[in-house]
Amino acid sequence: MSMPFYVAPEQMMKDRADFARKGIARGRSLVAVVCPTGILICAENPSNTLHKVSEIYDRIGFAGVGKFNEFDQLRIAGIRHADLKGFAYSREDVEARSLANAYAQMLGQIFTHEMKPMEVEILVAEVGRDREGDELYHILYDGTVVDERRFVVLGGEAETISGRVAEGYDSELTVPAAIRLAVAALAGPDRTLRGDDLEVALLERDAARRAFRRLEGSEVDAALDR
Amino acid sequence: MLPFFSPDRDPGPDFAVLARNAGLLAAAPAGPVDHLGVTHATTVVAFRIAGGVVMAGDRRATAGHLISHRDMEKVYPADRYSGVAIAGAAGPAMEMVRLFQLQLEHYEKVEGRSLSLEGKANQLAGMVRGHLPMAMQGLAVVPLFAGYDLARAQGRLFQYDVTGGRYEETNYAATGSGSIFASTVVKLGYREDLSADDAVDLALSALFQAADEDSATGGPDPVRGIYPIVATIDASGFTRVDDAHVAARFEAMLPTLSAATGAPAPSVGKGSR
Repeated sequence: MSMPFYVAPEQMMKDRADFARKGIARGRSLVAVVCPTGILICAENPSNTLHKVSEIYDRIGFAGVGKFNEFDQLRIAGIRHADLKGFAYSREDVEARSLANAYAQMLGQIFTHEMKPMEVEILVAEVGRDREGDELYHILYDGTVVDERRFVVLGGEAETISGRVAEGYDSELTVPAAIRLAVAALAGPDRTLRGDDLEVALLERDAARRAFRRLEGSEVDAALDR
Repeated sequence: MLPFFSPDRDPGPDFAVLARNAGLLAAAPAGPVDHLGVTHATTVVAFRIAGGVVMAGDRRATAGHLISHRDMEKVYPADRYSGVAIAGAAGPAMEMVRLFQLQLEHYEKVEGRSLSLEGKANQLAGMVRGHLPMAMQGLAVVPLFAGYDLARAQGRLFQYDVTGGRYEETNYAATGSGSIFASTVVKLGYREDLSADDAVDLALSALFQAADEDSATGGPDPVRGIYPIVATIDASGFTRVDDAHVAARFEAMLPTLSAATGAPAPSVGKGSR
């Protein structure tokens, strides 16, 4: 009978984290920016049908980077969680914080107990009636939750892109200005991105009920050309 | 905890399955419940107009011979381009509407696109069919479903029976205890080219005549300012006609309605003082 090799827990966690990070770095990044009109989420995504950004509930949006099938599974689980909760209690009882915690539990569990961790980073965003009510939860592959304020960047090159967003960020950004900032940060100095390469959605602060709205490629181009 | 499923047990975009698994849907009662004084909702009508449909419902809910609610809503948006109107046991009916609205929204969010109008009508048929055990115990729910079909660019309407039978109607449909009277009025006054105001008038007079003959249907109530709910569904979506507008249309109809009875014309509102 052969004995399995002993692997120190530190080493095992490090290997898993490296594996997940490598997977995430292979995909494109994503930026979310808080502005007076709402929360703008802008992802580099050449596909028109495989979405990275989507609606979870009335005022809650979801975005993911990394392996598509994995974050899409998380997206659907989030919609189910929210709809069940809203049906059992009331629509106003559905909130981003509890959803973010449920995601963190799930990802933490998978990170330590499953064969492989999920190669994803996700964002749960809730737009408030005013700026103080906005919530941005950035959740990592191992279940770490980071509560962000003004903007958040997900993906392999998050640090570089964050630097670029921070440079141009201003709390009074209009939606077109927020699009230009996010796109310039994602593209960097050497590339240009157009509406077709992007997936842009807005959680509108003043919406009566469902706040999530996708921006068409032409709308994005109009903002970029201004 | 997040609802996660293995691929072979995944419920897909079906919210009802999720809700049932979570124990959120009530089972049918073991015996008849009519003697408990169940609240009933009554008359609703729908008809097709150029570019869409009109749906309307009275506001009365009754329990036996008593009026239990005077301002009940029986016409609801199902989603942006469709509406559902209910008649039958009020509690289960409102629950069915809530579940149906959520079914459509859940599907849309999970799949990233809305169901076709036909798909929505079939979905509701399945829900009415699933409700049959409740109906057998005296909790029947019979809805009307109408909407704007984006693919065909026209309004369509569907009637149901307690077994989940789904019948598409070409011009008009009604359900509930006063539906015979309401649908006769619609039938006589129906034209395909009704203007928006004429359509509101036709819906109002249908409900007025139903209330005039059927004790379970409520007529317009100027004392409390409660009027039937009228909604239109067209290319711009579901719009509920403003209560003040409905009240004004009813007031304008009063002389005609009184003349038909041979009584001296009464006056309501501003003119009466």
